[in-house]
Amino acid sequence: MKKLLNKIDDVVVESLAGLAASHPTLVRLHPSVKAVLRADAPRVKVAVISGGGSGHEPLHGGYVGYGMLDAACPGEVFTSPTPDQMYEAAKAVEGGKGVLFIVKNYTGDVMNFQMAADMLAGEGVNVAQVVIDDDVAVQDSLYTAGRRGVGGTVLAEKIVGAKAEAGGSLEEVKALCEKVNSRVRSMGMALTPCTVPAAGKPTFSLAEDEMEIGIGIHGEPGRERMKLKPAGQIVEMMAKAIVDDLPFKPGDEVLAFVNGMGGTPQMELFLVFNDLAAYLRDRGLVIARSLVGNYITSLEMQGFSITLLKLDEELKVLWDAPVETAGLRWGR
Amino acid sequence: MTLDVQGMLKAIDAIGETLEMHKDYLTELDSAIGDADHGINMNRGFHKVREKLSAGTYVDLGAVLKDVGMTLMSSVGGAAGPLYGTFFMRMSMKLAGLQAADTSSLAEAMEEGLKGIVALGKAQLEDKTMVDALTPAVEALKKASGNGAALAAALESAVAAARAGMEATTPLVARKGRASYLGERSAGHQDPGATSTYLILSTLLTSLKERV
Repeated sequence: MKKLLNKIDDVVVESLAGLAASHPTLVRLHPSVKAVLRADAPRVKVAVISGGGSGHEPLHGGYVGYGMLDAACPGEVFTSPTPDQMYEAAKAVEGGKGVLFIVKNYTGDVMNFQMAADMLAGEGVNVAQVVIDDDVAVQDSLYTAGRRGVGGTVLAEKIVGAKAEAGGSLEEVKALCEKVNSRVRSMGMALTPCTVPAAGKPTFSLAEDEMEIGIGIHGEPGRERMKLKPAGQIVEMMAKAIVDDLPFKPGDEVLAFVNGMGGTPQMELFLVFNDLAAYLRDRGLVIARSLVGNYITSLEMQGFSITLLKLDEELKVLWDAPVETAGLRWGR
Repeated sequence: MTLDVQGMLKAIDAIGETLEMHKDYLTELDSAIGDADHGINMNRGFHKVREKLSAGTYVDLGAVLKDVGMTLMSSVGGAAGPLYGTFFMRMSMKLAGLQAADTSSLAEAMEEGLKGIVALGKAQLEDKTMVDALTPAVEALKKASGNGAALAAALESAVAAARAGMEATTPLVARKGRASYLGERSAGHQDPGATSTYLILSTLLTSLKERV
């Protein structure tokens, strides 16, 4: 294993300290639990809080700031945070209009957020939760823990954060988050595995000429392993699964999001976007907004995911609204 | 023979040692079908538990297990944190005020712990989870208790049942947790959660026998 480390046990804490030190006007750290808080919180608005395992940076800590999250609770690498983190973070940023938890659909995340929600509700805090499950690679949700939350989470945090910033009520913000989740679909693939620092070796192995289709974001293997193909064919295979799933229909306006898994150069991500644009054009879809880059990663994994969100006027306005975080910023 | 407060403290300490020793093994099992962190997380959790228990003074079993449960819940993370945390918390409720547990009170407490895990994780038998090791262990313990078995003998049968349950997870296709995303590819691997459950129970037995 070759990584930039001091002490393996301190990777997450030291990385959080660096995030705070580099963006002191945007975020501060909670004094007693691992949580990134908006520098100017609490404010009189719905507090939007997310969290999950570390290793997906800039998700979630990099999305704390104006127009997005009020707090993020990172667990250890690829491990759910614990209930006390969400509980303390919520207490620190809640400004009297309630708290929305945006939770990615993983067994551990759902359980730990639920426990925190119970603890807060017991103290009279108004808490709502929305579970994001946009991964079409998980087909048979009857016999699994259900579809995973992946790329759609980034879009949900941006759009929902804008609504909360604009003064939306907890009911409105929750309904909007459910709306985004119902209109967003994603799928990912890997060229290489990744190495959890504390484990010291890769989470799975892939031969030089193999790829893994339908991966999640935790270095877990996907549904299918196959021979590497040209990018255009890979994009078509993934985009077809996504478009057919919602389904997206000719004339639909979409936000097309090509996300790097951490180790893929921007050059290849733009190449992938080019193939995606051609495919979507053939299917009659209109790319009204786009996002290309490393936004929800799996450490140093090479690979990418595609996320499509079906837009309408409300979603476009909220997507375009100003945002100022370490990971996303425009309009301000 | 009963399991008293000192015996329980010693057993929890021994469980921490076992999980530290098997950290890489559990993580390896988890990397085959999960996300390669089970051993790391359990070791971190029990390390905190040992710190917590060594700093306290205890007179009843409930208080010991409550501290174990709370500490696991706030330090393990993942799904294992809430699940094992709930297991020990629920056990602590049944053993509250007791200075020692016999076969029947331990069986009752473990049954309550299992109920907590099932309520939270909603796993059924053969979903390829810790429930596959814990359920037969609890049943064996209850049966032994009904037969008036001594604690060591009862635990002996529970550990054997847990081991069989753990080994039987290998051919199963996972239906809960991250392994479930693999579909058929999850078959052929022993479940890491069932394995840590077996390790916990077998260490409890070993530790108890050493005290005799």
